Amino acid sequence: MVKKVIKNFEIEYLQVLDESGKIDEKLMPKLTDKQIKELYELMILARTFDDKGFNLQRQGRMGSFLQFKGQEASQVGTAYALEDKDWMFPMYRSGAALIARKYPIHMIYLYYGGDERGLKCPNDQNNFPISIPVGTQISHAPGCAWASKLKKEKDVTMVYFGDGASSKADFHEGMNFAGVFQLPCIFVCENNQYAISVPRKKQTHAETIAQKAIAYGIRSIQVDGNDVFAVYKATKEAVDNARAGKGPTLIETFTYRQADHSTSDDAKRYRTDKEMQEWLKKDPILRLEKYMKAKKLLDDKYKKEVANKTKEQVEKEVEKYENFPAPSPEDIVKYTFAEMNQDLKEQFEEIKNG
Amino acid sequence: MAKMTIVQAVTSAMRNELQRDKSVMVLGEDVGINGGVFRATEGLQKEFGADRVVDTPLSELGIVGSAFGLAVNGMKPIAEIQFSGFMYGPFDQLYSHIARIRTRSRGRFSAPLVVRTPFGTGIRALDLHCESNESIFAHTTGLKMIIPSNPYDAKGLLISAIRDPDPVIFYEPMRVYRAIKEEVPEKEYTVPIGKAEIKQEGSDLTVISYGAMMKDVKAALEKSDYSAEIIDLRSIVPLDTETIINSIKKTGRCIIVHEAPKTCGFAAEIIARINEKCFFNLEAPIERVTGPDTMIPFAKLENYYLPSEKRILKAVDKVMSQ
Repeated sequence: MVKKVIKNFEIEYLQVLDESGKIDEKLMPKLTDKQIKELYELMILARTFDDKGFNLQRQGRMGSFLQFKGQEASQVGTAYALEDKDWMFPMYRSGAALIARKYPIHMIYLYYGGDERGLKCPNDQNNFPISIPVGTQISHAPGCAWASKLKKEKDVTMVYFGDGASSKADFHEGMNFAGVFQLPCIFVCENNQYAISVPRKKQTHAETIAQKAIAYGIRSIQVDGNDVFAVYKATKEAVDNARAGKGPTLIETFTYRQADHSTSDDAKRYRTDKEMQEWLKKDPILRLEKYMKAKKLLDDKYKKEVANKTKEQVEKEVEKYENFPAPSPEDIVKYTFAEMNQDLKEQFEEIKNG
Repeated sequence: MAKMTIVQAVTSAMRNELQRDKSVMVLGEDVGINGGVFRATEGLQKEFGADRVVDTPLSELGIVGSAFGLAVNGMKPIAEIQFSGFMYGPFDQLYSHIARIRTRSRGRFSAPLVVRTPFGTGIRALDLHCESNESIFAHTTGLKMIIPSNPYDAKGLLISAIRDPDPVIFYEPMRVYRAIKEEVPEKEYTVPIGKAEIKQEGSDLTVISYGAMMKDVKAALEKSDYSAEIIDLRSIVPLDTETIINSIKKTGRCIIVHEAPKTCGFAAEIIARINEKCFFNLEAPIERVTGPDTMIPFAKLENYYLPSEKRILKAVDKVMSQ
């Protein structure tokens, strides 16, 4: 008889930039001043877009909207590590990642304004339409990554989901495929502590979501999701590994959803103001500004310039969204199949005049 | 020309397409070294390699979900689900994503994939191995739903399905997988999707069916003195309404036979269309001969479930007597 430990596991946690704006020089990823400024400007752009989206909804100028406020580092830091040609499978809260991937901002508003054309990704991008059912996109990413591998292309695939999605079968079946076939796929779990009202500890008894990767034999890490440097560093490594044929990675970004789940939700029903205040101190933009100020990469003038420039840019996108020509009713039937069948032609005749 | 069963015709179709198009691949449980639990992929892994004929984890959602990702990124996956009763797990993928990606992305992305699965009862299998749930997929906008009844059609329709730009569900009639053997060309050919076939011309009544029931319908009608026009739908989405209507205009009487449960079974849709398009050509109310609205019984009772020759002939007599 033998009784012994046959395997031990560890989960790594990474933080580079702390709440006070100080970095660990040894852990700092390779980023030029220009790149740091670029990351900052993207995060400001994302937040400005987010705040504006909320206002548009409240003013009745747009439908339901899902804010990502507080998760800018988590999304910008991950998306920034991708090449333009890489594939991304976003979810409904992935606005900041889409912005970092140069997805046209007015099209995101267009989607939330009730227009499918907002999901028509420009031909020179591989950003998939956002997934609305929770977690169902997770199994698409390994398939997409698999195609790249079979075609001997170097593209990698990244998929976003939240802590709630880690409870779904899609998460487990998707991760398992990525592990078995060693696919160039990066799973980004944005653990923002809540799935609507249900706290992270009720999703799983496991201490981290990152550790779930161990069961599938794939690499994983938990990072401070409000630290853009840690997020970028972990993602860059995962992307490099994937591109080099070294298989998938799960990245758990430990972050916080500062806004309600959606514009129809009221987070005060299930979380305290004290908790929120604690997380606001950990805000990803705040700490990056502290760091940049100390490094003389940011002063009041630059900050104001960025704020003004961004506001102007977002206003222009709103204008584009609001002046977007109305869709054609024919679009309802036009894209059901590659070629419209007789049934749809007849049915369109019935509906087209209301 | 070789004589083939439906299973062999299915294999032959996949072999032709794997040879023709490098982006075609087969994935599923046991489809590799084992050649599939029904041997539908027999020899394909040996011939085309483990990258193109892939044994996957036991994970129906993973198979169909990754087939979607593969299709979106340029591959032509043929996913095998072992039994139609195991389609409920991946149904979310089919309904929420695969069927609607072309619409959602306004044509930027599409999912040209095939999900093949054996369906139907009458093989004395365990529960959930015999489902006739085709109406669920017919009701899922954006999917095509093909159900061949014989080896020649099985091969030609599967090749069409693989080449189709849209997602196709391909239901293989398990009960007659090996019960019909006929001449099937080894080389590639297509049978168009959405064209029903008039298997037998007739003037007294129209009998509509598909899949394994076609064999029973033919056998039953051979015992009848009436001149029946027998239509094999071959696909229920798209549905060849024109062939149905033209036949009703000729005969004025109709029965529809399928083994799926009666309520919301596909016969209901056919009756509705006849009602819309040629109600005044009818001489008698349409009869449907279907499975009852029950769970599909296990082996000992399954013969009660399937539409029998006796029930088919009774329906024929009923529509002819009015």
